[in-house]
This record gives sequence, C-alpha cells and structure tokens, in this order.
Amino acid sequence: MTDPVYRTEALIAEDIDAYLRQHERKSLLRFITCGSVDDGKSTLIGRLLYDSKMIFEDQLAALEADSKRVGTQGQEIDFALLVDGLAAEREQGITIDVAYRFFATEKRKFIVADTPGHEQYTRNMVTGASTADLAVILIDARKGVLTQTRRHSYLAHLIGIRNIVLAVNKMDLVDYSQQVFDEIVADYAAFAQSIGIADFTAIPISGFKGDNITGASAFTPWYQGPSLIDHLEQVEINDMADLAKPFRLPVQWVNRPNLDFRGFSGLIASGHIRPGDAVRVLPSGKTSTISRIVTLDGDLDEAVAGQSVTLCLADEIDCSRGDVIAAANTPPQVADQFEASLVWMDDAALHVGRAYWLKLGTQMVSVTIQQPKYAINVNTLERLAVKTLELNGIGVAELATDKPLVFDPYEDNRALGSFILIDKISNHTVGAGMLHFSLRRAQNVHWQAIDITREMHASLKNQKPAVLWFTGLSGSGKSTIANLVEKKLHLMNRHTFLLDGDNVRHGLNKDLGFTEADRIENIRRVGEVAKLMADAGLIVITAFISPFRAEREMVRAMLPEGEFIEVFIDTPLADAEARDVKGLYKKARSGTLKNFTGIDSPYEAPDSPEVRIDTTRMSPEEAADEIIRQIIPFD
Amino acid sequence: MANAQPSLTHLQRLEAESIHIIREVVAEAERPVMLYSVGKDSAVMLHLARKAFYPSPPPFPLLHVDTTWKFKAMYDLRDQMARDSGMELLVHRNPEALERGINPFDHGPLHTDMWKTEGLKQALDHHGFDAAFGGARRDEEKSRAKERIFSFRTASHGWDPKTQRPELWNLYNARKSRGESIRVFPISNWTELDIWQYIHLNNIPIVPLYFAAVRPTYEWGGQIFMADDIERLEKVLGRKLDIVDRSIRFRTLGCFPLTGAVESTASTLTEVIQETLLTSTSERQGRVIDKDGGDASMEKKKQQGYF
Repeated sequence: MTDPVYRTEALIAEDIDAYLRQHERKSLLRFITCGSVDDGKSTLIGRLLYDSKMIFEDQLAALEADSKRVGTQGQEIDFALLVDGLAAEREQGITIDVAYRFFATEKRKFIVADTPGHEQYTRNMVTGASTADLAVILIDARKGVLTQTRRHSYLAHLIGIRNIVLAVNKMDLVDYSQQVFDEIVADYAAFAQSIGIADFTAIPISGFKGDNITGASAFTPWYQGPSLIDHLEQVEINDMADLAKPFRLPVQWVNRPNLDFRGFSGLIASGHIRPGDAVRVLPSGKTSTISRIVTLDGDLDEAVAGQSVTLCLADEIDCSRGDVIAAANTPPQVADQFEASLVWMDDAALHVGRAYWLKLGTQMVSVTIQQPKYAINVNTLERLAVKTLELNGIGVAELATDKPLVFDPYEDNRALGSFILIDKISNHTVGAGMLHFSLRRAQNVHWQAIDITREMHASLKNQKPAVLWFTGLSGSGKSTIANLVEKKLHLMNRHTFLLDGDNVRHGLNKDLGFTEADRIENIRRVGEVAKLMADAGLIVITAFISPFRAEREMVRAMLPEGEFIEVFIDTPLADAEARDVKGLYKKARSGTLKNFTGIDSPYEAPDSPEVRIDTTRMSPEEAADEIIRQIIPFD
Repeated sequence: MANAQPSLTHLQRLEAESIHIIREVVAEAERPVMLYSVGKDSAVMLHLARKAFYPSPPPFPLLHVDTTWKFKAMYDLRDQMARDSGMELLVHRNPEALERGINPFDHGPLHTDMWKTEGLKQALDHHGFDAAFGGARRDEEKSRAKERIFSFRTASHGWDPKTQRPELWNLYNARKSRGESIRVFPISNWTELDIWQYIHLNNIPIVPLYFAAVRPTYEWGGQIFMADDIERLEKVLGRKLDIVDRSIRFRTLGCFPLTGAVESTASTLTEVIQETLLTSTSERQGRVIDKDGGDASMEKKKQQGYF
C-alpha cells in the first residue's frame, strides 16, 4: 500500500501543474468532532493534521518541546497541544471555544469545527454543527455509550446533520477487541433509532496510535469498512441536496452603479437559475424573468446553490435587501407566527414577551417569543415544562414577528429556516432557532382594509395624535403630573385619554402579576391599546413605571415615527421612597412585596427621552406646563 | 465512487462565502473600510471585494497603515491597485512615530506597537470607521483559529476572546453598541495553499518580491534580509552593511528590516507554489513579531488592539 502523503509529495515535486489541477477540482467537506477531552478529540484532530502533513517542521519542533513541558502523554507527542489555541485552554487542558482546522487529502479539502464536549458548552457545539455536513461522534472504547454521546447525537440530529460517524476511539486500550466494538455499536444503534437517526457509520480507531485513520489497521483484521479518512473523502456533501431544491436567493444588496443597471446580489441558497427563468419576488409576490447573471468574470449561462452572484430582472419591480427571489412556481411561504426549536446562548435567560431582533437570511425583524411549550433535557431527552430557557437551554416555542417573514421550514431549507436572535440593548447574539411551520392563525388572520384612515380620524379632531409615555419610579409623581397634563389639554380643546397603571390592572390586565414576564405583557397590552387610540386620533397619556428600556422601545416601534413621546419623570429613589404615598416601599423593604422596582428589581432610565422632568426642581403644576410647552409645537 | 462530482469546487465555495461576508458588512455597517497591507492575502481580499460589487466599484475605501519601512515594490503595487480598482486609497502614518523617528533597530517591539497597533487605532478613530476588513486567516496561528469572522472590539480597540458572539450558519450579527467597532475577516477559512491557487487561477497581481530574483541582502540575527534602501539602513545603523547579492524571495511581506527572506530560485508562480508545498517551515516563521512574548504572544497583541 502506498502512503497517500508520499504519493502527493512526489506529484508536487515532479508535476506541479498536474497537482494544481487535481487540487483545483477538490470538493469541500465541513465536519464537526463531538466528544470531550477524555475521548481523545483533540488528539484525533492533531493526528488528522499530522497524517495529512499539515504540520510543518517548526511547529513539530515546538510541539515536541511543549509535549515534554505541559503534555499529558509522557515523552510522546501530545497532539492535543496543536489544537488548543487559547492560553487559558492550554493551561487548563480543556477546549473552551469553537476552533476551525483545515487539512486536505488527494480528493477533498476539509474544514473541521473542533468544539468542546461538556454540557456547559452546548451552544458552542450547536454553533460548530450549524455549518457541518457531517459529525464525528467520539466514544471512548473503555466507557461505551455515555450520557454525553446521547447529548452530542441529539444536538447533531437537531441541527439536521444527516451523516453521522461513530468513531470508537482508544481501541488500543481494549486490545482491539471486536466484541467490545460490536457491543458499543449495538448499544448506539438502539439509541440512534429512538431519536430518528436512520443511519450511521461506525469505525474502530485509535487517534493516539493512528489505527484506521488513513489506512486499514493491522490490529483490526475483523473490520472490513473504510478508514476514517476514506469515509470522509467519499461521503456525499449537502450541496448536492441543496441543488435539487427549488431556487431561492435572499437579496443582500441592490447593485445600482448607474441608471442603466440594477442588479440584485446574493448567495444562492438552493436550486439553480438560468437567464429566461421565471421568478417571483417575496414577500410582494411580483413576478418577472431573469435577464442576466452578472459576475466580474462575465455573464453566466447558469448559476447554482452555493454561488454568490448578481441577478438582473427583465421588469422594473420593487426588490430590496431582505426580499427573496424564488422560483415562480414553487415560492417559499410568508407568515408572521411560527413554531420553532430554540437554543438559548446568553447568560441572561429568555424574556418571554420581550422584543428581540430576529435575523433570517437577510431579513431583520422584531420578534416576541411565547412561553416555551417544553424544553428538552439534553441528557435524558425528556420533555420538561418550563417558563423560560436558560443558557444552553433547548426547547420549542411559538413566536410572532412584527412584519411578515419569507421562509421555508428548516428541514426543507436550512438557509430559509434558520435564524439568530439578537438582544436589542446589548446587541449580543442570544439565541438561535429553526422554524418548524407557520401557525394556522397567522395563515388565516388577514388585515382588513378600512376606508376611514387614521389621518381622517385625526383631521376631524383637528390635532396630531400622539402617545405621551410617562415613565419613572413608583411615587415619582407620574400619575399626578399626567392628570394635570390631561386637564390642561382638555381646556385647550384637545381630545385626550389617560391610561393609568393601577386602573388598567383593575380591568384589561387583571390576569397579570408582577413577575418580569407579566410586566412585559402588561406593557405590551397597554402599548397596543395606546396605538389603537392614537389610530382613532387621540392624544394618549400613559402613566406606568415601565422599568425596562426594551419594552418602551417596543411600544415606540409600534407607532409611526414621532408619535411616541417619552416623558421621564426623574425622581431620586430616596425622594420617592421618602414620599411613599401608597406604603409600597415599606412593604418592599420588609420583603412582603417582591419584584418592586428600585428595591429588588431594576429601573432602566431612558437614554434620551423626548422630555425629562426633574421633580427636585419643579412642582407638579410647573412640570405639567413644561411638558405642554415642549409638546405643543408639534401641533 | 459512482457519485456525481459535487457542483462546486472548494475554491468556488470559499469565494462565494467571502463575497457573501463582504456584502453583509456593506449592507449593515455604516462606514466600512478595507485594510490593505499589499501582501498576497490582501491581494485576494481586494479581488473578492471587486467581484462582490461588480459592475460597481467596492463602496468603501482602502486603508494602508504605513510604517515608512515597507518595501518600495509594495508602495508601487499599492498605488497601482488603487488606481485599477477605482477605490479611494487612504494612507495613515502615525504622526508621533514619524516625529520620533521610530525604527525597528533602535526601538524593537515599540516599532510594531507605534506604527501598526497605534497607527491603526488612530486611523480608524480619525475616519470614524465602524467596520474594517482584514486579510487574516485561521490557519495562520492558534488564537486566530478561534476568532470569529465578525470580531468585535471595544471603544479602546481591545479583543476579549471570552465574550465572542456565536456565529451560526451564515448569519452574521453586525449590530454594535456605541463606540464598538468590528474587524471582519472574509478569508478566515482560506489556507495558504488556497490563496496561492486562487492567485494562480485568477491572475491576481502580487508584489514581485514573492518571486525569486537576485537582490542585495545582508544578514542579521541569523536571517537574511533585503537591503531595500541601503542608504537609509546604513544611516540608522550608523555603519556600513555587508551587502551580498543572493537569489531570494519572500513568503510574507512587511517592513523590510523585519521580514526575513528565503534563498530560492522559484521565479514563477507555480514554482513558488511547488516550493511552498515542499517546504518544511510554516509561513509566519519569517516574521519576528510572533516570537517576542512566548506562547500566547499573538493573543496578547490582539487584546491590545493589534489586528
């Protein structure tokens, strides 16, 4: 048997052009390795890099020195040191983050996502898996199928990886026993079937000794299957499947160098396209045909899934970033309510009802998430009843977006069914999800076109509608000042309505308590009511503590630009507590009232309110006059 | 195998991914810029940007953070590429370093710190760029292998490896808080061989110093350097240099007094690729910068704001 490394080297030396032609035709396989340090994951990857000659002599010299200094293999080379990149990881001998590695064989180029195995790194594994065609699940032959094996398999399956390799590692430590191997494979097969994994490939290996990595091991004559590398070189890649699906191109950018050219740039998510093909632009539903496929290297006759191109349409129709150009006869769906699987990735738990940004393809919308239907215990795969999802939590929930989304279910199309969730204040990526289907109620509830518009309502009242949103601590004087403002506006013949926190809780919101989720829902309902009243042409005044910035921004986003006027009643906590008109601070301090703003629940002051009233410097009467002075110019 | 050949090659796939990344930044950032170092990775990145927006020119400027110590051939190619691409070229030289005459001989690590690290921060702050493309690759160095494609920097340009945002599928979160900026690495997933092959297939112009030729050289600390500006070198060093003509080329390009050459006769692109593949030392070894400070030196430099 010729060693492939030496074959390649001879070709490079003798005929570099032939080698380059061969390399040019290589395909790309992305895979993930799952397992913990103890399973020998880093050692396996180090071995793959070493055997495919991706390690240079200077790195090898450094590796040998490091192995003796901090390695865990005595005098032998510790391959794990090659791949644990961050200083903290090398010191603690663990893998914290996702690392990407590269190697190539004669047939393929590989990108390996190396992810940590422990439960607290579930999010990292999901991240690595999201771009993978294949998962290598490592098992220590001495230990067999463990809880973590089940967890890794479940996550790989959840993300939709169809190619699973069960690498039974450390065979050298069980005397290359066929019986041990067969028992583990039988165990795993039973489990795999139970979670819907239809097929997998089991390979007995030793990453440390190199058995069945690049060639057949002399120690496992009973094993007739491919070596790990052989399998990785031959397995089918996802893009073949993507190619067979209907055409989809999420528009990233409109290319408009001059008045004569208008192109739509994007990465083809699935299918293929030729000039003359009929397409539909979603969500508008307008149709046209492809006139050109433009690239720097000249126009193309055909473009396929995975290519970044610029398309020109035969007709002048509206199309911009966030729209999807799709095959005219098999378009994706459009909806605003969904069921989805979610993976939570942030230290702060999911706030049910709060608005987050949702990015799907090139679409960015505002979304709120309902209480999860259930969460999954990733170790036992039990369904649990939960109120929210914590860091690394996985569950299923319903969600509603503020604008219709163009989508396909994740299992039909990864690119149009996957999304990330972004916190509106911190801007961190806090979660990821996969759409299952749109909800029937979204399919059946349509906007009814109404003839009398909001502008007509307002003009009859001879005023510009607005929502004066008072926010501030309990006892800051919100209700008092709001009441004075309404009285003054009434005298000025303005049509107003005051929504007061306590009053609303007696009726519309009497089912809500004071947990964080209930407070968010309280504000959402008040926001919707205020919006309806503004549509009717009224000047709405609201007086709620509304402690969270995110919820106030949610209401601002519901209304037309300029109609939301945030009025911050700024009172130091000490002053409000000293007044304590309703005796609530006293109760909160004694612990009989929980989740009280300013005491054991935070108040997030507005960054730039339209109006700020410093109550230490003016009386309620003066405050009301000041507010009217500031808002009336808009009239 | 009876399987049909996959539709795209690995280079087509990498190209499409990089173009997608570059377009996302332009769609979501307010004021992007491309850091252009004139090396082979920058050459590929610039080519990808031109492909991403054709027939428009890339809608952002090129920024060269200059140290005044680059090879002359680099300045020549830089100016030519800016003209050919129709992009605006911004050149920044740290005025303090210029005034103090910071050079690699008298000032050691301070040279990199002031010209490159500080120079870059000044340029980004001065122009108010909120997203900067860089040509770093994950296969270059261990801490790069763990860096995101969209890598966030604090207002003081620091990098915190522990608070990196998860990057799933091809969904990049470009939203940033006030004062934050983003470094974006569109060729993260390319290897050195991919870069060479892509240059080969697309006839991308690169600095001639990558090809072997007889050039004036001197030895310093066991490495061979090119005497790109003998007069200036001798003035700074205060002595005559022992100049020897050698056939050399460069695997990586930076400041000429800091970039070691390799003796070689590979004078064509394919010969260079051949030699690169058969060689036994890794690319960054020609650079002095990775070695001061031990094991975690690059990680540390990045936390301080180095690209």
